[in-house]
Amino acid sequence: MTTIYWEEEIETLPRVGLESVQLTRLKHLVARVYATVAPYRAKMDAAGVKPADIKTLADLQRLPFTVKDDLRDNYPFGLFTVPMDQVVRVHASSGTTGKPTVVGYTGKDIETWSGVMARALSCAGATSRDMIHNAYGYGLFTGGLGAHYGVERLGATVIPVSGGNTKRQITIMQDFRSTVLLSTPSYALNLADAMVELGVDCKALALRVGIFGAEPWSENMRNEVERKLNIRAVDIYGLSEVMGPGVAMQCLETDRGMHIFEDHFLPEIIDPDTGQVLPPGEKGELVFTTLTKEAFPLIRYRTKDISRLIHEPCACGRTMVRMEKVTGRTDDMLIIRGVNVFPSQVEHVLMGTEGVEPHYQIVVSREGNLDTMAVRVEVSEALFSDEVKTLEKLTRKIQADIKDMLGVTCKVQLVEPRTIQRSEGKAQRVIDNRKM
Amino acid sequence: MRVQQIAVFLENKSGRLAEITATLADNDINIRALSVADTADFGILRLIVNDVEKAKGVLKANGFTVGITNVIAVEVDDRSGGLASVLKSIEKADLNVEYMYAFVNKTGQNAVLIFRFDEMDKAIAALLQDGFTLLSGEQVCAL
Repeated sequence: MTTIYWEEEIETLPRVGLESVQLTRLKHLVARVYATVAPYRAKMDAAGVKPADIKTLADLQRLPFTVKDDLRDNYPFGLFTVPMDQVVRVHASSGTTGKPTVVGYTGKDIETWSGVMARALSCAGATSRDMIHNAYGYGLFTGGLGAHYGVERLGATVIPVSGGNTKRQITIMQDFRSTVLLSTPSYALNLADAMVELGVDCKALALRVGIFGAEPWSENMRNEVERKLNIRAVDIYGLSEVMGPGVAMQCLETDRGMHIFEDHFLPEIIDPDTGQVLPPGEKGELVFTTLTKEAFPLIRYRTKDISRLIHEPCACGRTMVRMEKVTGRTDDMLIIRGVNVFPSQVEHVLMGTEGVEPHYQIVVSREGNLDTMAVRVEVSEALFSDEVKTLEKLTRKIQADIKDMLGVTCKVQLVEPRTIQRSEGKAQRVIDNRKM
Repeated sequence: MRVQQIAVFLENKSGRLAEITATLADNDINIRALSVADTADFGILRLIVNDVEKAKGVLKANGFTVGITNVIAVEVDDRSGGLASVLKSIEKADLNVEYMYAFVNKTGQNAVLIFRFDEMDKAIAALLQDGFTLLSGEQVCAL
């Protein structure tokens, strides 16, 4: 198979050349951030490091980490490095206390993003001749618009169908002859199941490849999607803080890992407990430094995603390092049907309900292809009633409040007091029964 | 004219009912009547016992969620139409039954109907007016 590159020269640059590009950009970034963003300057001063100390790529390790709390502390625009009149777009992701994380983009950032996204689409073999069915949600979430602009840059046709309305999506796929599908993997399986119900033969569709991301998914799920939709299923990685979709992308040559677009996003793998950079190939927390972003650059941003870097050359010819499929997270954030759920959000709802004790557990399962969430609540004397309708009213209220807060429908399960395991120190709030 | 009833929360898992009855037996508490309300996810056990306070104490000590509520015990002849006549009186008074259950006393001559109403006072008045016999807690336990 001939590899389709979007920017062949940089994508296949020998490592030494790539590292030289990275170093130049890193020096420039650190100097600019130090000069323009007070919180970064304060952290660097506290760590006793100046921009002039960055002489090699290894010196990156001297810089302090940036964490999600830094983003929240400077909500909404405190870490932006340019005046707002240069910011052409913002996106946001949900936060634990209702305060989202806000990210901003200059015109050039949008160009960079569209470029890496076009590269990602090319990795999946897409070209300007493709009809690209973009079922990622449009809105504050980076998925929909991020992919959209990448498709336009590629010169392919984008169908901005967004999420939901599955029947219409299938009609569109049939009538418009969609060739590439962009969605969460669980939604792809929903589409497949709906096709079976509607009697639509996926072999009669023009779909060739699916680009799936935004939620964890297993190799088993990949096989299932490929079989049910009769397509090749590839993995995309991104997070809004770093850019959005298009930070890393699997190519068609391998199922093992995604190429990180390292000329823009410099990866490190650290030990999440000590913060030390781990030897090549070891598993740990993924950390990114954005080398080219203007409005909202990040230095050593801790993603909390667990992965490892694959340094072996890839058959596709790209020299960019690969990251393994994310196998977990260092924190307790759950992704349920593509929605970020923090146990603390559930706790927030429960604690706002009169009589509910601070003992609860979240049980996540996968029924068929859908993630389900059950919240187990202990029935205290204050909650208890001898009447079924009163208890059912309570469970419905909690369910509705969680739906309002998180946008996720859950099942509320009342359990006897002291049946939820009390742990010493950190409570085990989450039981994830999904087989990844 | 009110009878105290013990209600216990039951998680939907095997063996819980047995544990409750064993706890009561170990403490020499006699169950006069019981009913279980069940949904797909949980159940509520309702009991009339000879010692309400003691029962509540031992069940709580064994980790159960317990509540005490007032119900009405109506004694009727154990013959066909006994329950129907009570329900007719309730309907006439426009009362809403939350739940009910029944048992037959040892002599086999009378049946006792346990009712839970939203408006207890109104129910008591209506049943007395129609000439029904309401039992006290002691009377229920003495049966």
